[in-house]
Amino acid sequence: MADRFLELHQIKKSFGRQTILNNLNLTVNRGDAVVIIGKSGEGKSVLLKHLIKLITPDEGEVRIEGENILQMDFNELSIVRRRFGMLFQSAALFDSMTVAENVGLGLKESRTYSKDVIDNIVMEKLSMVNLADAADKMPSELSGGMRKRAGLARAIAHSPEIMLYDEPTTGLDPITADMINNLIVNLNDRLNVTSVTVTHDMKSAFKIADRIVMLYQGKVAFDGSVEEVKNTTNAMVKQFITGSSEGPITE
Amino acid sequence: MNIGLEQLGRRGMMFVRKIGGLSMLSVQFVNSLKKLHRSIPLVFEQLYYLGVRSLPLIIIISVFVGAVSAWQAAYQFKFIGAPLRLLGQAVGKAVVIELAPVLSAIVFAGRVGAGITAELGTMRVTEQIDALESMGISPVRYLVLPRVIACLFMVPFLVVFANFIAIMGALIVAVNGVAISSETFLNGFKNSFEFQDLFNGLIKASVFGYIIGIVGCYEGFNAKGGASGVGQATTAAVVISSVLILIFNFIFAVILFRI
Repeated sequence: MADRFLELHQIKKSFGRQTILNNLNLTVNRGDAVVIIGKSGEGKSVLLKHLIKLITPDEGEVRIEGENILQMDFNELSIVRRRFGMLFQSAALFDSMTVAENVGLGLKESRTYSKDVIDNIVMEKLSMVNLADAADKMPSELSGGMRKRAGLARAIAHSPEIMLYDEPTTGLDPITADMINNLIVNLNDRLNVTSVTVTHDMKSAFKIADRIVMLYQGKVAFDGSVEEVKNTTNAMVKQFITGSSEGPITE
Repeated sequence: MNIGLEQLGRRGMMFVRKIGGLSMLSVQFVNSLKKLHRSIPLVFEQLYYLGVRSLPLIIIISVFVGAVSAWQAAYQFKFIGAPLRLLGQAVGKAVVIELAPVLSAIVFAGRVGAGITAELGTMRVTEQIDALESMGISPVRYLVLPRVIACLFMVPFLVVFANFIAIMGALIVAVNGVAISSETFLNGFKNSFEFQDLFNGLIKASVFGYIIGIVGCYEGFNAKGGASGVGQATTAAVVISSVLILIFNFIFAVILFRI
């Protein structure tokens, strides 16, 4: 039996009168590389943020190893959150800090490591994303691809068990996007993490995923392997992966 | 009619939500004081950025506040036939009790409160606050605590400066514009000066500082959308802080300065 790691159970979330997630259920097993696809506004990023309670659902449960994180106090939740690493859509680098300070902040605030150890970890992680030379630069001096890589280095600084990637290739040129994809695949392999990625970039999805989940109208409309997605007869999935403007999604 | 009522209801709800949100953030701020020792370097950073860097502006404002107070008081004295030797007394009381604390706080709200909201609002809309939380770092401890403490201490500190500079401004006008001697002005000031007034003014200033800090942080944390959302939050922070300062100033007047 698969090792259930993360579970979203009957999640309901509305913003104003608009229902975004409607009794959504999703299970992520340990070691999975899940990619969530769906058109813009379907609530993919909202779903991702539920996993570490950056957004609280109106109804439902979010469980990690069977424990509902919605019932945890801030200290318990902080411990859970440190098991995650998250790459944000805009990288979300702290613009008042250098790249190295960004990467080292979580380690520094955990008060577990000495300054020398933190400096070594920071340089190691920056080297992993080929940004060692940019350690002393400010985020405003970086290109879009460099910002994503710096965000990635920050997300993996504390060697998380679970990686969350929010639109990792959005806004990047195809070559840089492919570099980021390769980096994610390499990191997932090297760090042996479970990952959940949100994207509408199918090239990226096929490269990163071993399981693809499609959201439609606030629910999981499809859940299968990369091969199953490629060979599906589901008209909705077919329309999405071919990027056609005609089909059941737009009807 | 219905639309008017609906709008009124919506605004009422917004007001209640804001009061509730500010109270919640205040409780979180008090709870985060337990971990103050972890934020000491951040507090010193904010003391410098928010307080020390406000000093030049406070000095400029205070010179002119003192100067215009002396001029207007002299004008009124002339009108009612009061002796000009009482000028130092009148201006001194007005500056220490009211003008320095209130005007410094309003200026601080415009400069620092707006700055806090703009900074935290930008961090909110660019997901930097989410990023902090995702790392298990409390945004209240990391962002709110140092800023509110800095405001709490720096407004009284600036008011002490403002008192001194405003009296100097008044003295310059009294000597050069109203033509009374500096001894007459300063003797009048000394005769009316009471430490209790200064202390009360500083108590008020601390509360004003807290209002500026907590409102600035609350509005920044709740900024939505992009640049326009941050702009709206910034405006709201300055307006709410200024109104609360004036309301609390009246409450303090009634409590601290009994007639």
